[in-house]
Amino acid sequence: MNTAVIAIVLLLLTGLAYQIGWSKSRGLETTAGRLHSRPSYHGSLTVVWALVPALAILLLWLFFGGSLERAYVLSLLPADVAAQTGPALETAIRRVRDIASGFGVAGQTADYENLAGQSLREFQVLAFAIVVAATAASGALAIWLARGRIAPRLRARNEFESVVRVLLIACSAVAILTTAGIVASLLAEALRFFSYVSPIDFFFGTVWNPGFATVGSAEGDYGLLPLLWGTLMIAIIAMLVSLPIGLMTAIYLTQYATPRMRDLVKPVIEVLAGIPTIVYGFFALVTVGPFLAGLGDAVGLDIRATSALTAGTVMGVMIIPFISSLSDDILRQVPRAMRDGSLGLGATPSETIRRVILPAALPGIVGAFLLAVSRAIGETMIVVLAAGNSPYLRLNPFEPVSTVTVTIVNQLTGDTDFASPQSLVAFALGLTLFAMTLILNVVALFIVRRYREQYE
Amino acid sequence: MAEQFTISPASADSSGTTERLARIRQGLKSRHGRERRFQMYGIAAIAAALGFVAILFGMILVKGLPAFTQAAISLDVTFDPAIVKVDPKPVQAQGQSAADYQRALLDWQRQVTLVNWNRVIENALRTAAPDMEIDTRQALSIVETNERFKLRDMFVANPGLLGQRVNVSMLGSANVDNWLKGTINRDLPDSQQQLSAPARQLADRFAEAGRITFPFAWHIFTNVDSRSAPAAAGLAGAFVGSLYMMLVVIVLAVPIGVSAAIYLEEFAPQNRLTDFIEVNINNLAAVPSIVFGLLGAAVFINYFHLPLSAPLVGGLVLTLMTLPTIIIATRSSLRAVPPSLRQAALGLGASRTQMVFHHVLPVTYPGILTATIIGVAQALGETAPLLLIGMNAFVAAVPATPLDQSTALPVQIYLWQGNENRNFFEARTSAAIIVLLALMLGLNAIAIYLRRRLERRA
Repeated sequence: MNTAVIAIVLLLLTGLAYQIGWSKSRGLETTAGRLHSRPSYHGSLTVVWALVPALAILLLWLFFGGSLERAYVLSLLPADVAAQTGPALETAIRRVRDIASGFGVAGQTADYENLAGQSLREFQVLAFAIVVAATAASGALAIWLARGRIAPRLRARNEFESVVRVLLIACSAVAILTTAGIVASLLAEALRFFSYVSPIDFFFGTVWNPGFATVGSAEGDYGLLPLLWGTLMIAIIAMLVSLPIGLMTAIYLTQYATPRMRDLVKPVIEVLAGIPTIVYGFFALVTVGPFLAGLGDAVGLDIRATSALTAGTVMGVMIIPFISSLSDDILRQVPRAMRDGSLGLGATPSETIRRVILPAALPGIVGAFLLAVSRAIGETMIVVLAAGNSPYLRLNPFEPVSTVTVTIVNQLTGDTDFASPQSLVAFALGLTLFAMTLILNVVALFIVRRYREQYE
Repeated sequence: MAEQFTISPASADSSGTTERLARIRQGLKSRHGRERRFQMYGIAAIAAALGFVAILFGMILVKGLPAFTQAAISLDVTFDPAIVKVDPKPVQAQGQSAADYQRALLDWQRQVTLVNWNRVIENALRTAAPDMEIDTRQALSIVETNERFKLRDMFVANPGLLGQRVNVSMLGSANVDNWLKGTINRDLPDSQQQLSAPARQLADRFAEAGRITFPFAWHIFTNVDSRSAPAAAGLAGAFVGSLYMMLVVIVLAVPIGVSAAIYLEEFAPQNRLTDFIEVNINNLAAVPSIVFGLLGAAVFINYFHLPLSAPLVGGLVLTLMTLPTIIIATRSSLRAVPPSLRQAALGLGASRTQMVFHHVLPVTYPGILTATIIGVAQALGETAPLLLIGMNAFVAAVPATPLDQSTALPVQIYLWQGNENRNFFEARTSAAIIVLLALMLGLNAIAIYLRRRLERRA
């Protein structure tokens, strides 16, 4: 109900403001001649004037209304009730609120509760009326002021456009705020973690065994290296799967395939890019893992169903479309003249590709490769489901491993205290992950951009 | 070197020429062989990639489709007054406060709940198979545990059922479903079977008699998740949670993203700050999604004390995650607008803002729409950041008021795949994946359709 009233008041203000601004300027046009701005801009500017104070008052009420009401309820309660703390006090306040709302409370009510409920009801009605009146009045005052400003020489359009521009700038600033938020929150929580565990033990420790959460103590070992090694091993396997397949696909599609085949195959491969990672994780767990384990049995290798190999293979499949579409773009940027020159000298198409096109496209492909590695490092759900979560330093890819991302999930989703080092370590891991991907991305983007400039 | 390749037919030294020709032919042969092999590698790579798509979809369809039909037992249930012993339903008296009536109604409902509904079900089972020797627990194990609440709700809605006999279709338990569909090995010894031997016999007998059928399992879409009654678990809660999050994403990410793209592409002066924003956005697009989850846990949950597991928080995190995608895609479609359009508008005296909003932006609507759908589809499938803001069990030193706890579709998939009843939940998880993929495909289809329409009109 209340929201509807407020919405109606705001809508009325908007409509009224636009109408007044528009008709005043329109009238002026007939008497005083040409205006600087069209009437619609005068109308829009008046709307801006009307909404700013009205919204400011509503925001103030949104932020401070609740505590004001609470203070009022507390002042109504008898001293001995108000002196309670914790849940008892909350119950008392809620009972008064329920009585005030008219729903009532079950059982007997004390006299003071009924009185308080009655007063609170009056207070709520009065407060709401005051807020609505203040909103409407400030809006109306602003409209009156804005109407007074309307004159043939008022540059309403320019003023309105600068308001629009400020809004646009504010929206672009969200991106910076997000980065700042990520860096600040990761750094702050990671520093809290480093007050428990020294950075040297964290970055160079070879044992990961964080123990259980007990606030204030950091029992256990927080060595990053086993996790980092697991992450790297899976990324390497993923690249071994995806680089040849993705690159060869791109080469075939750009150099050999007929346009018809290209139109048919490309979207199907790109379907792989749109599949949620949790689906790949399930695929790895249910199909690929058992298949690889069976394959291992058949050739006499001990391959575990959840292992670095399983997670890496499926992650490689996930990255294929990423590599193929990036390399596709890059291969097509190689100037046609280079290709034609090579073919004209009698080289076969494959010789042209291997000796001319690939070397020319190499920097771009390296950039694509680095971007793909950064994706593989940050991928979470596949490894959560299929890597086996066993944080030990092992060289064997057939054994289960754990990664940085898996550990972040494990440390933050258990029954742990947020302030304990067992939870805070997730932020130190996140910071490491963020730093690694940032470096990879910056280098990759730099290489790709340089490469693009080379042929433009 | 050059003369080695000159082939002169009128050469006197004909033996040398043939030898040279043979060598060239030999070389050509191996070069062509290499060429063919190279092409084969390309075809093999494409086949591998297409094969992965086929295997992935095939596996999920094969596993998931059977889960959309589920064993249901049709039983004649008698609401026997000897078992259903309850007072008449209370009526709100004149002058009774809402709270007091609520209390009385709840008391009555508690009474109804305390009725031994299992007994009612057991009687119905025994009437259907009077000669079976089976004890109560075994008999009840073939019906899903929460079907008794179905009877209770029927009774609460219509107390006039007392003493009557109605035909009710009840869900079979997950184990019956496994047994009849053969997802559990029928030859396993008794000790490894989930159902006792008499219960298996009863299930087989009902199936033969046509009492157990496999209708389409609508409850997958209408029920919420359930741990105690796995056969009745559904996606409704997760679906609505995802829907809320997508609404938050659309309401926040699209206006902010498009505005940011317009500013950066059309208004921003070329200076350090703009460069910084650009680098920033490019990097944000490649930041792992889990880092956004960490941001949500640290800022929204721990700092602003927003409730855990709330779709609002999930939506905010996903908004931040999809913003770069939308900004980058919108910018590229703005960049594709021919400069002549801008010059024409400016030349006729339009201001920069007018030029952008009246002339450039309308041309890019199809592009913005595609960008939005790509972003929403990406957000719809994202799991990792949601785990960190408590979309599953997450207890922290945060004074959490779990107001609107919810999961999302991908998180539901994550939770189901971890269920202990693997035989049943593998199919159920695949079914949930089919639903999720169908939603994403639907979104993309809508995008393509709208895009074609808009482009035709433009």
